[in-house]
Amino acid sequence: MLRAYTIAFLIFLYAPILLLPVFAFNDGTVIAFPLDGFTTKWFAELWTNSELHAALVNSLLVAGASSVLAVLLGIAAARANIRYKFPGKAAAMGLIMLPLVLPEIIVAVSLLVVAVRILGFDLSLWTVVAAHVLICTPFAVAILNASFQSLDPSLEEAAIDLGFSRPETFRLITLPLIMPGIVAALLICFTISLDEFIIAFFLTGSDPTLPVYIWSLLRFPRLIPVVMALGTILMVVSVSLLVLAEWNRRRGLARAGVADKGGFL
Amino acid sequence: MVLIAPPLIYALALLALPLGAVLLFSFWTQDYLTIDRTPTLANYVEVATDPLYRTILGRSLVISGSVTLLTVLLAFPVAYYVSFHVRPDRKSLWLFLITIPFWTSYLLRIFLWKVMLGYNGVINSALTGIGIIDEPLTFLLYNANAVVLTLSHAFAPFAILPIFVALEKIDRSLLEASRDLGETAFTTFFRVTLPLALPGVIAAVLIVFIPTVGDYVTPAQVGGSQGTMIANLIQAHFGGLNDAPMGATLSIVAMATVTVIALALVWITRRLGGAR
Repeated sequence: MLRAYTIAFLIFLYAPILLLPVFAFNDGTVIAFPLDGFTTKWFAELWTNSELHAALVNSLLVAGASSVLAVLLGIAAARANIRYKFPGKAAAMGLIMLPLVLPEIIVAVSLLVVAVRILGFDLSLWTVVAAHVLICTPFAVAILNASFQSLDPSLEEAAIDLGFSRPETFRLITLPLIMPGIVAALLICFTISLDEFIIAFFLTGSDPTLPVYIWSLLRFPRLIPVVMALGTILMVVSVSLLVLAEWNRRRGLARAGVADKGGFL
Repeated sequence: MVLIAPPLIYALALLALPLGAVLLFSFWTQDYLTIDRTPTLANYVEVATDPLYRTILGRSLVISGSVTLLTVLLAFPVAYYVSFHVRPDRKSLWLFLITIPFWTSYLLRIFLWKVMLGYNGVINSALTGIGIIDEPLTFLLYNANAVVLTLSHAFAPFAILPIFVALEKIDRSLLEASRDLGETAFTTFFRVTLPLALPGVIAAVLIVFIPTVGDYVTPAQVGGSQGTMIANLIQAHFGGLNDAPMGATLSIVAMATVTVIALALVWITRRLGGAR
């Protein structure tokens, strides 16, 4: 009974997603049944749409920059959180993790107010990067907390006793051991930034990111099958990235000799 | 101390200060094209008295409350099944299966629900195809129910994961002890399993409730005029209506309401937990 329910629930979860490839290969501009026959022209159109290419490049740049910066900040915060005690630690960590429990529209609005109304900045991809770093950092911290937790401090102490300097210890001992965590955090942050819409919608200037561009397409029905083709490709890409992240996490667990307790979150 | 400084300064500069700025803005008023910087509570009074703002804020809370209830109720049996009935080495595969749909583009998932529920959509085509109905149903899309359904779908993994983690932590011997002491499977579930899983359920409630109150895309896409929520109103004030101070006030009111509800929920469960 419970098994049947769970399978029914999975079907509910997958139902809308399965429509993506259906309409990506459907030879008609109206996204409705009955279907009109098989075509690959929407994928061909993806190659020739230069606005789409620009938006994709923008998104990749934003996601790349945001994930690297967020993971650097995440390493510092997670290391401080696990290894050291200092006054105000709970409050500091609370503030860093706050974007996790804040509706994204609030983050978007507050940064918009500061950037445009107070500082008078022009909106650009950099304002989007700044905001994405803010919302990605808590995810990086959460993943890296686990990495630093499973790292035995005596390994670092041994390295220092044997004459390594602190930077050498970090580079040669700590970094390789937390590398799977860093890669997982990078991938998760990259995926979050790539898919984030509302903040980019508020903070993007004249260069749209991919979700902002998709949003503008949703109002022009003629281009919707192209969006479906793009969605199919995006789905394949994000699932591949996640499989990679999961595979990398398992390899990390195997290397650290910890039993797999399941789940990457 | 040196380590915590960069992320902390970043969060202070890009989160704490901007939130402060929004708070400041909310006490100003828009005077046609310029902003009147005299501190005033006028915006708050307007939010409290104008029925439009009250309706939409109330509707946001009702919709997101329904989403939370529905999502957690639907998610619990799934988490229970994976935790109690799946072989340990298969658990991560199941979790993986549950989380995959949620990594596809958020915008496209919402749009696909429009395709599911629309006039010529999947559900209507299927029902007319097998002859249950003659005319497509029009009550499926562009209302609050469509928003609830779509958001429940989007947030399902967020509810399943914390409940699963809480269920995994339960010491299975406690359940055996309960059965040995004469409780039935049914009473064991309600007197042992459920109370022990409560922290996960509360986490799931908060994780679903907080972001859904401020969701913009779903009401804009599937909500129609009867499904407008607070985020759409906030966006309208910063965009077309050009009344940033009012938008700031609405943001502050929404955030304060959500925080109060979340804290009340945590407080109530603490009290319940302490009383037992």
